[in-house]
Amino acid sequence: MSATFVGMPAFPAAAHAALGNAQLRHNLAHATGTIRAKRQRLVDELDASCSWEELRLAGAGVKESALVDLGTHLERLEETLTANGATVHWARDAAEANAVVAAIVKAHGVDEVVKVKSMVTQEIGLNEALAAEGIAAWETDLAELIVQLGDDLPSHILVPAIHRNRAEIREIFLERMAAAGRPAPADLTDEPAALAAAAREHLREKFLRAKVGISGANFAVAETGTLVVVESEGNGRMCLTLPEVLVSVVGIEKVVPTFHDLDSLLRLLPRSSTGERMNPYTSTWSGVTPGDGPQEVHVVLLDNGRTNALADEVGRQALRCIRCSACLNVCPVYERTGGHAYGSVYPGPIGAILNPLLKGVGHDDQVDSLPYASSLCGACFEACPVRIDIPSVLVDQRAKVVDAHRGGRPKVEALAFKGAAVALSDSRRLGLGERFTGLGLRIGRRFGASKWTSARDLPPAPRESFRAWWRRTEGGGHGG
Amino acid sequence: MVEASKPAREEILGRVRRALAGVEPGYAVPPSPRIAPVSDVVAHFAERVADYRAVVERCSAADLAAGVAAALPAGARVVVPAGLTVPVPGADEDAGFTAAELDGYDAVVTEARVGIAETGTIVLDHGPGQGRRAISLVPDRHVCIVRADQVVPDVPDALPLLDPRRPHTWISGPSATSDIELDRVEGVHGPRTLHVLLVD
Repeated sequence: MSATFVGMPAFPAAAHAALGNAQLRHNLAHATGTIRAKRQRLVDELDASCSWEELRLAGAGVKESALVDLGTHLERLEETLTANGATVHWARDAAEANAVVAAIVKAHGVDEVVKVKSMVTQEIGLNEALAAEGIAAWETDLAELIVQLGDDLPSHILVPAIHRNRAEIREIFLERMAAAGRPAPADLTDEPAALAAAAREHLREKFLRAKVGISGANFAVAETGTLVVVESEGNGRMCLTLPEVLVSVVGIEKVVPTFHDLDSLLRLLPRSSTGERMNPYTSTWSGVTPGDGPQEVHVVLLDNGRTNALADEVGRQALRCIRCSACLNVCPVYERTGGHAYGSVYPGPIGAILNPLLKGVGHDDQVDSLPYASSLCGACFEACPVRIDIPSVLVDQRAKVVDAHRGGRPKVEALAFKGAAVALSDSRRLGLGERFTGLGLRIGRRFGASKWTSARDLPPAPRESFRAWWRRTEGGGHGG
Repeated sequence: MVEASKPAREEILGRVRRALAGVEPGYAVPPSPRIAPVSDVVAHFAERVADYRAVVERCSAADLAAGVAAALPAGARVVVPAGLTVPVPGADEDAGFTAAELDGYDAVVTEARVGIAETGTIVLDHGPGQGRRAISLVPDRHVCIVRADQVVPDVPDALPLLDPRRPHTWISGPSATSDIELDRVEGVHGPRTLHVLLVD
């Protein structure tokens, strides 16, 4: 039913393929350019009235205060949710979380669920797990619907179909909607308003009949047992309100200590993600409300590698992430390769640190390649609303990847640098080396360095070395 | 099911404790900054709500009933919550309608709990006059009454007024999406028209 990231090649190979796709690069440049401008306008507006940097410090502080005392806040969250009539489940990994959700759905004897866009349920492959149990999971966010109908993979945290333009979306709707329910109108145009209207008609019958809704949560308030979902289209409200049963899968890093802590986060998130002062809809609920909304509420608290990240002193800050995707939109690497090249539901700069932190390094070449998918320019850190120093974590993860591979056959790069250390440590050796640079480059290009040069330009060797030029011109004094 | 998840709970909390061994639990959160005061908060609210391409009309309390009537298309089927303080002739009061029944209504009229000027946001806490979450969601037109004295400058002013035990719906303009080429389109699953009556 849906494609998978399993078996994706390491970043350099995937990026190379993506760079050859002119349509993809055009779509991405257009979309990221638009969103960057919108975000900047609102950041400047807020900065003129108070201080964006102080707001970032406050938001980062809230998340940090939750993380450094996570055990206490999780136990408090469990207690308040339970007191509010919700049932709390704990899941160590994806399989455990999927099994909990599937069991709840089956207990109600239904074969379909409606879903709010949720990164965490993609991370654990919930749709595939439910499909294996004969349960159809309908994605209801417009971009997720495009991805699901197109048997495609998400490529952006906020706008998973960012790699598709309007003409491609029209084709997908015309060809695929009928098999999933109400067909698209035959005269469908590629106007965004017409495409959105087609999605409204297609999904409405599903919302109205759904017995079970599935969501994630943007925030979980420990003090009050309140979950928060931030969205735009109203599909979230439909899934959170109309079904009889609601199951929310929540990563343990989503907890914030108090209701008031939502202040800075609700001001930072929409400005950073969609470039709006506020997103159209934010829903909060605290367990079961008699006579309003689902009367059976479940919350699955998920680890799935988050405690690995928590144990990493440098990487721990990645758990502050509120999934706004501002770092993707400003990243020169993401803008050119798109999200699929990262081989994960978490692409871009945050994905380049989050995946190795959650999964651990040294077991999988694809994961190990991600900390290198960056030029370390630092734009991501500047854009991050919760001040995650992504470049520092990238460098630290690179060191961990190198450490994990110590002891095996050294890579060409390591040998080259070892050779450079020998040559550069002695001026006589350096002089000798320079005389053979041109020859070395030609040989290198043909053999060992081809991996290095496949993604980088190797400059032609000058006809004369600097030191030869210095001797000939007596220090640049003449004949330069 | 709860029994089976016991070991997972203990193991996760154990992992968390081990991961944070030696980390100081107290962390002083810097206060979030406040925006500079604006001279007319209610006008600011009206402007910011209109920015989302919602319809915003200001009226006096005496003119409210007429304003509500004018905001509803002729012949529209209208649902209202219990406790609405404005009479809406011909409207049905919510009697726990099913989602499918609500889908047969063209419009809903509700009051609100708080208006947030800076972000142009209306918060419903679904108390009397506001109704269940479903009634302000399924009909395609939401006529929402906000009193001027309910409008506060910014998000940090709104949070202390809200009871976290109640469900909340924060509404900033009509339902919208930017999922197609990041081009904002109003009107997806929520009400496609948001008509705000701001009562002075």
